[in-house]
Amino acid sequence: MDANHPANVAAQIARPRFSASADWIGLAAIFASAVVGYLLFPNNLALLTRVIGIVMLVLSVDLVTGFCGVATLGHAALFGAGAYAAGIAAAHFGITDPIAMIAAGAAGGAVAGLISGLVVLRGHGLGQLVLSIAIVNLFHEAANKVASWTGGSDGLTDIAPSPLFGVFAFDLWGRTAYVLGIALLVIVFFLLQRLSRSPFGMLCRGIRQDPIRVAAMGASVRKTLLKMYIISGMVAGVGGGLNAISTQVVGLDSLSFTLSAQALVMLVLGGTGSLYGAIIGTVVFMLFEDFVSAANPFHWLTIMGALLVGVVLFAPRGIFGTAAQLFDRRRRR
Amino acid sequence: MSAVFEVERLSKAFGGLAVTQAVSLAMAPGDRVALIGPNGAGKTTFVNLVTGHLKPDSGVVRLAGEQLNGMNPMQRVQRGLVRSFQVTRLFPEMTPREHLALAVLQRQGRTGRLFGTFWSMPEVLEEIEVLLRTLGLEAAADRKVAEIAYGQQRLLEIALALALRPKVLLLDEPAAGVPQSETPRIESALAGLPADLAVLMIEHDMDLVFRFAKRVIVLAAGTIIFDGAPGDVTKDARVREAYLGSYADDRSAA
Repeated sequence: MDANHPANVAAQIARPRFSASADWIGLAAIFASAVVGYLLFPNNLALLTRVIGIVMLVLSVDLVTGFCGVATLGHAALFGAGAYAAGIAAAHFGITDPIAMIAAGAAGGAVAGLISGLVVLRGHGLGQLVLSIAIVNLFHEAANKVASWTGGSDGLTDIAPSPLFGVFAFDLWGRTAYVLGIALLVIVFFLLQRLSRSPFGMLCRGIRQDPIRVAAMGASVRKTLLKMYIISGMVAGVGGGLNAISTQVVGLDSLSFTLSAQALVMLVLGGTGSLYGAIIGTVVFMLFEDFVSAANPFHWLTIMGALLVGVVLFAPRGIFGTAAQLFDRRRRR
Repeated sequence: MSAVFEVERLSKAFGGLAVTQAVSLAMAPGDRVALIGPNGAGKTTFVNLVTGHLKPDSGVVRLAGEQLNGMNPMQRVQRGLVRSFQVTRLFPEMTPREHLALAVLQRQGRTGRLFGTFWSMPEVLEEIEVLLRTLGLEAAADRKVAEIAYGQQRLLEIALALALRPKVLLLDEPAAGVPQSETPRIESALAGLPADLAVLMIEHDMDLVFRFAKRVIVLAAGTIIFDGAPGDVTKDARVREAYLGSYADDRSAA
């Protein structure tokens, strides 16, 4: 055997421990949480499905903010575009197959991602942030203007998805939508795990850490970021499409600055730059919001604010980031 | 041997101030050239003009016979004109192995891939391993760059440049900021650069210049005032004058 043969050299290098097993544990954890959610809140599946849709939006924000370092307060444009694309496909074109609607959502999100990316990536720092806000407001206004297509401020209705695979009808309790949501989340998460470790994912992390170095390697920072924006749009679009199927209505709030800002807050809460952080942040934020607003309808925002201040001050890496750091320290000891 | 890198009458002015005036030079494969000059001589501007970060007012830059004018910095890198930075520009959260993987994959046009990892590409791993060994970075290969010594970071800068397989390498003060104890490692890395590579080094450390360069170019007030053997540079009257006598006198006295 030739010890210098590339394949043998490769075998000698110790691979880091990230390994496939951690990935499977993550996917299994998502699946287990989904089952627990189903069993604990059988009457609240609609809320849980909405959480899944927003998880996709926050994952999508994480792709551009956490991985690439592009600050955005306008990412709901991508989510809303997906929701409207799926809704319009069903309401105006009779495409009611849920899988086709999700595909329409992904496509709508991708187009919105391309448009947002072309504009937002022109700026840097604060300018970038302002451009992203402008984008989501423009999308919002556009959707409001073309009311014949979007229903304007009344929202887009008449969305009646046909049974999933022709068998599973979307029931009143939202079971089918929930199962569809979990399946989509597992698929998206699996693909994003791969993406984050791919050469492209590495290049994106490189851009966040030093774009000048990336350019000095001969790689195009702008093209790479634009590509990530399109991918991010597809992810947000799937979430938007899921939301359209689950609620059977699409409102202007899905294209709002408020939702964009909330998505960024959820990401910071969970921890940027990690797919788990995006999920944990969204779940904690939305369940906490639901719980606290029911317990104290008048002061729930105050409590949310206190929670956020606490996290940012005492756990600046977010819930997942801080937990991972503590775990890492203990292991090293 | 024919020139791999040619600069012809390159000029640039900011407002009324001419920072680069009709600078011309040619380098053949294997050349080891040092570019020196007092502060404000226009060395950085010259590098930025060549790499495409600044647009010259006039003049031509050619790499292997191909005119580079009008190409952006990325295209120039892809054609083999690679630079290193005076202050290291690395990814603090990545390991040296990951840095080199990115550089190799980028050279091969594979950084756009959405799936797979370099860990499952034996030929990439092999090439990284060779680079790590060449520069003595094996021990630091899998530690985050933020945690490794500055001297090792400088070596990684050189390794990154080599991973791109350049035809011409511009080294901007490769030993800047490195503690005295670690400079020998940088020097041996420089001595071990591929024999057919043309290297233009910008450097302040004259000891390093004299050991490394076979030819020295002195830039002062945007023009080349000396281009010749290292042994002659301290004897040149114009060079002495440019440095106000201080450094040149020290050297000849020593």
